[in-house]
Amino acid sequence: MTRVLSDEAVAAIQAERGRYPDPRSALLPALHIAQNEVGWCSADAIEDVAAVMELPTSDVEEVVSFYTMFYEDRVGSYVMEVCKTVPCAILGADQIIGHIADRLGISPGGTTPDGMFTLLRVECLAACHRAPVMQVNSRYYENLTPERVDQLLDLMRRQAELRRGQAREAPLPPLIGRVEAV
Amino acid sequence: MAQKTVLFKHLEQPEIHRLDVYRDAGGYGALRTAVNDLAPAEVTQMVKDSGLRGRGGAGFPTGMKWSFLPKEYDTSYLVCNADESEPGAFKDRELMERNPHQLIEGCLLAAYAIRARHAFIYVRGEYLAIKELLDAAIEQARQAGLVGERIFGKDWGCEVSVYRGAGAYICGEESAMLDSLEGFRGFPRLRPPFPAVRGLYGKPTVVNNVETLANVPHIVANGAEWFKSTGTEKSPGTKICSISGPVNRPGNYELEMGTPFRYLLEDCAGGMAGGKSLKAYIPGGASAPMLPGDCQDVGIDFESYPAAGSTMGSASFILFPEDCCIVFAQLRISEFFSHESCGKCTPCREGSRWLRQMVERIEEGGGREEDLPILLDVTDNMVGKCFCALGDFATSNIVASIRHFRHEYEQHIRERRCPFRPHPAAEPLLQIAGVA
Repeated sequence: MTRVLSDEAVAAIQAERGRYPDPRSALLPALHIAQNEVGWCSADAIEDVAAVMELPTSDVEEVVSFYTMFYEDRVGSYVMEVCKTVPCAILGADQIIGHIADRLGISPGGTTPDGMFTLLRVECLAACHRAPVMQVNSRYYENLTPERVDQLLDLMRRQAELRRGQAREAPLPPLIGRVEAV
Repeated sequence: MAQKTVLFKHLEQPEIHRLDVYRDAGGYGALRTAVNDLAPAEVTQMVKDSGLRGRGGAGFPTGMKWSFLPKEYDTSYLVCNADESEPGAFKDRELMERNPHQLIEGCLLAAYAIRARHAFIYVRGEYLAIKELLDAAIEQARQAGLVGERIFGKDWGCEVSVYRGAGAYICGEESAMLDSLEGFRGFPRLRPPFPAVRGLYGKPTVVNNVETLANVPHIVANGAEWFKSTGTEKSPGTKICSISGPVNRPGNYELEMGTPFRYLLEDCAGGMAGGKSLKAYIPGGASAPMLPGDCQDVGIDFESYPAAGSTMGSASFILFPEDCCIVFAQLRISEFFSHESCGKCTPCREGSRWLRQMVERIEEGGGREEDLPILLDVTDNMVGKCFCALGDFATSNIVASIRHFRHEYEQHIRERRCPFRPHPAAEPLLQIAGVA
């Protein structure tokens, strides 16, 4: 039945279903688990989640399409989500977004051809006192300057290289929450 | 009226996030007192007497909210609103990151008061690290017999679960939060029935903000009179104020309610960075109407800001310097609400989009003279006509920015361009603020 989710992910979703008075509550946790493993909410991932959750696929799709953090399209290994809401905007968020776009040669919303980076403009991340801010794979990077962004890009490339060396043929795993702090 | 540390104990005790340090400082003492010596109704009465009002923005009396539950019920739930998605707000994260047990104790006390046996802390999806931290703190508390069955050996017990959203501002609206927690799209629900009668899983439910619940252990430990001795008559206690924008020391500051904004700006945040003047500011996050920069003597409390033409909301202060384009700032606010409108009701879904499109046209130099009355007309057709408060929020700064800065809109339209472009770069501001 299950096609893309690992046994561990399925077990984790089953465990979540037991944690709530109504198992349907486990749908958001289940999608977080699935996306962490697959990298995005692909049609296969959605079908797997629906099967484990014992829900129609359309119920799962409806939830995926509502929440910004569930990716409906394939994303890179590093998803750079730069806040563009008003406190960050008046402290230069657009310059940061422009700088990243230049460095990666993509537009906001795009992914580099090697599948390494995705650049997204997002709404307020609740770190306005350290504007401009972004999240990369659910970690915060704050008080951004173009120089700091360059350092981070270097670091992510080096980290990806290191991981590639460790598992030669395996595709680069999604690095949710695992980017080392600078 | 000045800075006062009640909730921000970590400023004096940096290790307060540890269970042993929290307990040495008297932590979980209020829970022990409540469970051993007080009936649930007495805890509710204490919170009622204290005059504590909801810190998420609406300012509804907390004890009263708790007392709206029916006389008889089998099951009830407590939900802590830690969605913190209002642009400019970043206070709850500090409360959770630096002193998680204070919130957990607050949740348990509120759960005890409404006889709930399951409390949920709904954190926004971006707060993955905070969820992990809270999970660890709850586990520590469980080991110590403070969470789970038979707390302090009594018949009452309570489970605490952290639930992670997935990026939707609307889920901070309490009924939408319940839909989200049940595994659905976060759509607001029709009221009545209110959550106190039919909430999570159809059971009586109380939803309270993080900062509200963090106050409860202090009220139970020190009494209602102690709480009322701080702040103003109608807004007792302290308020955590988030201040952002080009100031020297942006951040969270805990102030006695009623403290003038000027104190927050000058004494806490060190004034404007780079000697710039303050053109305008928003006192309560993007949903609160902006005020001109010279409105600095307004007291930070639930009464003074409405009297000044705005609202304190969650006390999330966003500051706009003299060289900031108000139309550009408004565009980002309108983009936010247009993006975050859940789409359930037509006036909000369509109205927030039209507002965004028109402000964008003006900022891009394509504005027409008749655009300003049309903008205001659209807001008239949204206020009070939307399913939930988000629709109203989407209009508040359109109205306020046109009221106070009509000349900037007119200049954009007349000159067919944004007179502030290129918008000031980030670097000099950051360097001046000393945070680069």
